[in-house]
Amino acid sequence: MNRLLTATVIVFLLALAGCAATPSEQAGAAVEDRGKPVGPPGPVPAKPDTGAKPLVDKPIGAAALKDPSNILSRRSVYFDFDSNLVKDEFRPLVTAHARYLQQNPGTKMRIEGNADERGSREYNIALGQRRSEAVKQMMQLLGARPDQIESVSFGEEKPRAMGHDEAAWAENRRADIVYQGE
Amino acid sequence: MSPRSDTPKGRRLMPTAIIRPMKMIRLQRLVCAVAFLLPLAPLSSARAALTIEIIGSGATQFPVAVVPFRAEGGLAQPVTPVIASDLARSGLFRTVDSGGLNPLPHEPQDLNYPVWRARGADAVVIGTISPLSDGRYDVRFRLMDVSKQTQLAGFAYTASAAQLRLTAHRIADVIYETLTGAKGVFSTRVAYIVKKGKRYELQVADADGYGAQTVRWSDEPILSPTWSPDGSRLAYVSLERKKPVVYVQSLTTGKYQAVANYWGSNSAPAWSPDGKILAVVLSKEGGSQIYFINSEGKGEPRRMTFTSAIDTEPNFSPDGSLMLFTSDRGGSPQIYGMPVTGGEARRVTFEGSYNVSPRFSPDGKSFTFIQRSGGRFNVAVQDLTTRQVQVLTDGVIDESPSFAPNGRMILYATEVRGRGVLSAVSSDGRVKQRLTEEAGDVREPAWGPYPK
Repeated sequence: MNRLLTATVIVFLLALAGCAATPSEQAGAAVEDRGKPVGPPGPVPAKPDTGAKPLVDKPIGAAALKDPSNILSRRSVYFDFDSNLVKDEFRPLVTAHARYLQQNPGTKMRIEGNADERGSREYNIALGQRRSEAVKQMMQLLGARPDQIESVSFGEEKPRAMGHDEAAWAENRRADIVYQGE
Repeated sequence: MSPRSDTPKGRRLMPTAIIRPMKMIRLQRLVCAVAFLLPLAPLSSARAALTIEIIGSGATQFPVAVVPFRAEGGLAQPVTPVIASDLARSGLFRTVDSGGLNPLPHEPQDLNYPVWRARGADAVVIGTISPLSDGRYDVRFRLMDVSKQTQLAGFAYTASAAQLRLTAHRIADVIYETLTGAKGVFSTRVAYIVKKGKRYELQVADADGYGAQTVRWSDEPILSPTWSPDGSRLAYVSLERKKPVVYVQSLTTGKYQAVANYWGSNSAPAWSPDGKILAVVLSKEGGSQIYFINSEGKGEPRRMTFTSAIDTEPNFSPDGSLMLFTSDRGGSPQIYGMPVTGGEARRVTFEGSYNVSPRFSPDGKSFTFIQRSGGRFNVAVQDLTTRQVQVLTDGVIDESPSFAPNGRMILYATEVRGRGVLSAVSSDGRVKQRLTEEAGDVREPAWGPYPK
């Protein structure tokens, strides 16, 4: 089995494992992260004016995308050398963005894949493409529609870190999520 | 780009020692690239933007003296310094001192051969420049063999003032071909990318670095420039739309159009020898796969590779029948070949775990590529029949190798003390040149074809 297929299978299995968790576990984790629950959009029932916070889930608005305390404002997934596997530590981030797309069917994004500077520029365009597609595939499994996400690559052309050492290379092995209009 | 000089017409000069009427034979009807005369798109025409220094020379260097031509002194563009510089830069010639004689020889009968023999010259270049009534110039030269005291070559050209530099390159080409047997590339051009701060410029310059013109500029990266086989267009990749898109630009009109802007990434353009097709890498169906498209962007892409691996960097053979490309379908990036009609790909590189960026030699018998070994990326050449590999460079990060149209030199990008520079190496590894741009980092070179 080639590497891409293996990675896809692993991602699929991890996504399935995630789905198997109970909703309350996920919501709990989300609350710890952000202090705000994520859930399907629903009506907000009227409550007596007690000054207490509403107990039902609220849909996430576009402001959340820029809110530093919201996971949706984090946009970068980092990869190991020679890898396009989305590591466990980035699953909550990818999941949050996938849910956002699912809840906002008119919203679109671009995922920009990058590679470190070593090697041929065109081969690095293809490596970056693999990374952006790995993130897109994970989001599709989590409910986003494929036409909501255009995965592209910058290869080594737009590095965030300018050094020539492992620290810089690690920073540049990255896929970035950019919403339409940003 | 601003008009490149119409190629000057040359006619052979018969050796004067032959007793018969001197016939002006119109030897080459050089095709007039009329399009080059049209006033064009951008930009600045610079002095030598690229400075070229010789780092290594050939195993043997032919000693040749280039004597200033008669009446050359008053011209804005002297011809003999360009000829001498071209020959020296090739690494195959050593220029012999041509001064200190009064009067200077300009015609064969002026030559005092023992003097030149004593100076160590094997050949002498002499010539004249005469203004014509229409404002143009008659430029004629003869290449004389010092020991046999005979003419080896001689041509006469009619050239405008703007064409004098190109005429000098043509003369250097004739000298080079006469003495080495291979066609000269002094009249060719090179394309490359310069990064100055945040700005990217696609530039085209003469092979000696002069006359650099910016044909496209952007605040987003430009990469992978490649010449159409007739030298009239460049294809390249630009990220200005926040994704890689393939463009084709006319060098005569300056107009450009996106020829591949499909869903996802579009990159790695390569021209078929007839200029009608571009091989490109598209991710529209997922991954990075090779497709053929019409070079004007018409019609639908035809998919050529069908793997879930990375297939990229396509390159056509000179006869148009084969395509080399980079693929990691076997687990690591290696070079494969397949017929352009489609079908099975065969792996061709077997040394090491990283072989990329294949480019055919002009005679189709070998290809240059980048091989990673011990953490370094170097330029190598592999013979397609014997599979023998020769590594030609010893930099740390060498990339983007491109053959000169005579197959004798390979131009590539490298880094010296943190700066992006171009380098050229002869196919036997001996002659080395370094090309630097004072204002920025240079990368992604592409050697253009012979001018028409």
